Amino acid sequence: MNILELKDISMIYGQVRALSNVCLSVGQGEWLAIMGPSGSGKTTMMNIIGCMDKPSSGSVLLDGEELSKLTPSELTAIRRDKIGLIFQQFHLITYLTALENVMVAQYYHSMTDEKEALLALERVGLADRAKHLPSQLSGGEQQRVCIARALINYPRLILADEPTGNLDETNERIVLNILRGLHDAGTTIIVVTHDPEVAFEADRTVYLEHGRVADVVKKIEGTAAACASEAQDLVYAAKA
Amino acid sequence: MNKRAFFIKMLASSLARRKSRMFSALCAIAIGGTVLLGMMSISYDIPRQMGREFRSYGANMVLVASGDKALLDIEDADRAVALIPPDALVGATPYRYEMVRVNMQGYTVAGTVFEGAKKTRPYWNVTGEWPQKDDDILIGSDIAEFTGLAPGDAIAITGRGTGGARFSRDMTVSGTVRSGGVEDEFIFMSLPVMEGMFGGTGGAEAVEVSIAGTEAELDAIASLIRQNVPEVSASLVRRVTQSEAAVLSKLQALVILVSLIVLVLTMICVATTMMTVVMERRREIGLKKAIGAENRSIAAEFLGEGVLLGGAGGILGAAFGFVFAHAVCVSVFGRGIIIDWRLLPLTVLVSIAVTVSACLWPVRRAVEVEPALVLRGE
Ligand SMILES: Nc1ncnc2c1ncn2[C@@H]1O[C@H](COP(=O)(O)OP(=O)(O)OP(=O)(O)O)[C@@H](O)[C@H]1O
Ligand SMILES: [Mg+2]
Repeated sequence: MNILELKDISMIYGQVRALSNVCLSVGQGEWLAIMGPSGSGKTTMMNIIGCMDKPSSGSVLLDGEELSKLTPSELTAIRRDKIGLIFQQFHLITYLTALENVMVAQYYHSMTDEKEALLALERVGLADRAKHLPSQLSGGEQQRVCIARALINYPRLILADEPTGNLDETNERIVLNILRGLHDAGTTIIVVTHDPEVAFEADRTVYLEHGRVADVVKKIEGTAAACASEAQDLVYAAKA
Repeated sequence: MNKRAFFIKMLASSLARRKSRMFSALCAIAIGGTVLLGMMSISYDIPRQMGREFRSYGANMVLVASGDKALLDIEDADRAVALIPPDALVGATPYRYEMVRVNMQGYTVAGTVFEGAKKTRPYWNVTGEWPQKDDDILIGSDIAEFTGLAPGDAIAITGRGTGGARFSRDMTVSGTVRSGGVEDEFIFMSLPVMEGMFGGTGGAEAVEVSIAGTEAELDAIASLIRQNVPEVSASLVRRVTQSEAAVLSKLQALVILVSLIVLVLTMICVATTMMTVVMERRREIGLKKAIGAENRSIAAEFLGEGVLLGGAGGILGAAFGFVFAHAVCVSVFGRGIIIDWRLLPLTVLVSIAVTVSACLWPVRRAVEVEPALVLRGE
């Protein structure tokens, strides 16, 4: 069964059609990358998938539930129980330590459990930074805290909007390794990225262009990288 | 760390993070609390403070014999006075009135106890000396003017005793008394001396009593006397008690008005600060909602900060308020204040209530924040 079904999704902001008639299915355990130029509607799509915005038209089925029928508080419950969010800007709470930032997600979910939160930090290699404030951490470390927070409640779906956008290569590799581990463990991942190297890791890459799905490229073992960059070249050529 | 401990930790860290803003809100609440506690304490203590102050207006209760007996037995009067709480009793003075002649001219002479009169008629303006010896008398200023008598002069007083025997006695004017009232036409002598001249002992027309207390307290004392000493009829000098009550109620209305204004100002100040804080924390609120916070969790956090802030401000305010009220009382009434300790928790509770209600509108704005703004990077 597919974990996510977007059917004929449109999102209109005044005059701007951020998304037009997008259809997309994401399978259970799939790793999907979304690419596309700036303003093509990637973040808009993530907000809709992440139950933070409702589309102007079309229907979203997430884990078998039709989102348009749900109340704001039911949507909050879905975000809390099924989705883990990773942001380009990390969005850590500045006055809480790394450990507490992870515990915040536990707090809103159910019970706080310091040991488990510490374990989550250990998994992203930050056990020794638990008591540090975000301002005392490097960008890469902050992103790993953000990932630990996203994982703490065992979400079925990880949404990451340019998770490596603010990171150097070393940190990018660390983050990708963590995502790969999650993928291997069966978590569904949707990642928005400008970076072909990130997209290479995905099972499938969707290209958005002016709010439409311009192309879909499936990963073929061994040729995925070439395939992805070739596809992107095609898209950009078509646009020019 | 359980959920509640985590909640407290989150509030404390968040407040500590915004020290300068929270400090200004805290100051506003503390000032509000100071004025509130100060004003309430003063207003609560004012009847006591002013009660003593008001006693310079003279007696506010008069004891006379009940029924149609002309003279009140001093012993009965003493039993009645004993019923008055000692700390409220300022003074009790008997008066007995007789007629005398001085140089063929008739005058009213009042026999009293001068030590008591100093307390129950503190408004008396005495020129010369208060009587010291048995033969000393005070004369009213009108008599002094009319007769040309001055302190130190000797006069012969003649009269007819209760038995009908005539007497004449030489006495000395030790001073003149001016009050602007009927006293200006009276002669005052010591009551035992009068009893020696006129005969009859242990009686007086009236006993004037000066009591620190509200009209209601005086009414209670009067009925207590009526029940326990039926020989005595106690009545209030309404002219005095009612004008006291009017002054007190005006003062208290003023105090309430000032407190209300200060509380409203506090509320505006806190609401503005909290509104700014909510605006600054939009992103954080959006993030919390994005990772699954319910509206009521967000509201609970802000209101929780309000409670902490209000509580801390209230405690500070109560402490400063005590100092403030004490200083005001010392400088105005020359006497320390008696604090009703129930006002302390009341001040803290009111501060919390004011702060929390000032947070309501900002909290509304906080729960309206959209989680979608986090990904958009607003
Ligand atoms: N709240 C909004 N109100 C009005 N227009 C919006 C809003 N959010 C997005 N848009 C518009 O919708 C379009 C798609 O925006 P979106 O943020 O989804 O792009 P994106 O693909 O994420 O771009 P980037 O790679 O720069 O992040 C843009 O033209 C943007 O201006
Ligand atoms: Mg974007």
